[in-house]
Amino acid sequence: MVTEKDVEHIGELADIGIDTAELATFTGQFNAIVEYFDVLDRVQGDDAVTRDLYNVLRDDAVTRDLYNVLRDDVVEPSLSQDEATRNAGAREDGFIKAPRVM
Amino acid sequence: MAVHTINFEPDDRYNAFLKVCAKPSHGEGKLVGIAIAVKDNISTQGIETTCASKILKGYVPPYDAHAVGLIKNAGAAVAGKTNMDEFGMGTSTENSAFGPTLNPRDTGRVPGGSSGGSAAVVAAGMVRMALGTDTGGSIRCPAAFCGIVGLKPTYGRVSRYGLIAYANSLETIGPMATNVADVSLLMSVIAGHDRKDTTSHDKPYDHTPSGDINGLRIGVPEEYFGKGVDPEVAAVVRRAIGRLEDLGASTVPCSIPSMEYALAAYYVICTSEASSNLARFDGVRYGPAADTRKSWHAAYQDVRKQGFGPEVRRRIMLGTFALSSGYYGKYYAKAQIARENVRKDFARLFQDVDVLCGPTMPMIAFKLGEKSDPLSMYLSDILTVPVNLAGIPAISVPCGKVQGMPVGLQVMGRPFEDERVIDVAYAYEQAVKP
Repeated sequence: MVTEKDVEHIGELADIGIDTAELATFTGQFNAIVEYFDVLDRVQGDDAVTRDLYNVLRDDAVTRDLYNVLRDDVVEPSLSQDEATRNAGAREDGFIKAPRVM
Repeated sequence: MAVHTINFEPDDRYNAFLKVCAKPSHGEGKLVGIAIAVKDNISTQGIETTCASKILKGYVPPYDAHAVGLIKNAGAAVAGKTNMDEFGMGTSTENSAFGPTLNPRDTGRVPGGSSGGSAAVVAAGMVRMALGTDTGGSIRCPAAFCGIVGLKPTYGRVSRYGLIAYANSLETIGPMATNVADVSLLMSVIAGHDRKDTTSHDKPYDHTPSGDINGLRIGVPEEYFGKGVDPEVAAVVRRAIGRLEDLGASTVPCSIPSMEYALAAYYVICTSEASSNLARFDGVRYGPAADTRKSWHAAYQDVRKQGFGPEVRRRIMLGTFALSSGYYGKYYAKAQIARENVRKDFARLFQDVDVLCGPTMPMIAFKLGEKSDPLSMYLSDILTVPVNLAGIPAISVPCGKVQGMPVGLQVMGRPFEDERVIDVAYAYEQAVKP
């Protein structure tokens, strides 16, 4: 059971900005969806509950023959500084201006 | 190269275009002078690209998506950007920040989603072809609901460079048109290797559709005709499969047991990826500006609360929840195992059969506003999401009507056998041609 307090906390983690007035609706929908997700408890094939996620991904990589795709680290033509920053809401001296972090 | 322009003045009474290019230019090539509409989550240099979201209002990409560069190089004219569910999150195109698209076959109904705008502009005859994207059915669903053809290519066959990511392990760009030959033609232009997409494969598509399916083995999964599927839709699709038998194919009843949890796995994975991919929308580099006088979190939350619609916020939160400490073992890890089981089920079936056939959607296009709660909307994706989990190709081709509305036959194939699903769809289309 997901509570309004849980949804508020998740909203905070996701930086999504939730009003108190929205909490009840989101919580109700959340519970219906998460209850549906519980069908995953029936997934067979591995002891998933105790199995580490990173092992899942590692084994998956082996079975699917995945490998890294990297290029040589050489300078190539790219966007100009102006093109790359043109969509920013605030610019200063050719840089993108962001809200304060500290 | 000579540059020409065309006049493009569509009568868009369906709110299918978000942006129309009135005099697009074009060069020479095998798509010479063909007006092609592009879904609004695919980057177009110099043309506003919003993903139908307020959070990207005013964003003008400084570069083209690889697929857009390819169609331009082939002589196509980019005719405009099409409406969609915000960031691709939906099955009806009702989740657009700029209003829903109407289904040209019945304007009281949805066109399907999320590539509803692309399907509607093709179905209404405004353009000959369109690019869509398919994360969990977003090309095939609107193709079925609007009565056109749509191909979800094998994952890795078409570059995702410049496709604004929502659930990157699932989604792909693909072609939409009124007939299989045009879908095949557009596919031949957009497929191939791109070093800017690390998941891209070197598998060009150079194929002319053939209607010869003599000896083809078709698997018919019982889950595609079972609970939740409208019996009238199922009957129309069974008749279509019967036509394929008349052409020399044989059918084999089969089962995909992992379908039991495929939809849940899909929604856990796509929302998890969305929570990560959509973290970039912070009002700093693009979109409506963040208030730089405020602290980071306060400014960030303001922008995202106002910029994202309810379904996008819901999916970001669901994904954040599924990945959060104490829950990822229960949801995300389990979903990945379920995904592997889906992939194994398909691999097992494709040892015995060449393709699988069933309905694209479990119902005809529903009425605008009919599905108001999120879970019931999600459940309508049950027949399309397994393909995305497995990364295999699938096509939807019109195969009849129920209550006057089109029904889509879905043909699913082995990885990188896009040519074969095209051929099966072509064989059907030619057989029923009036």
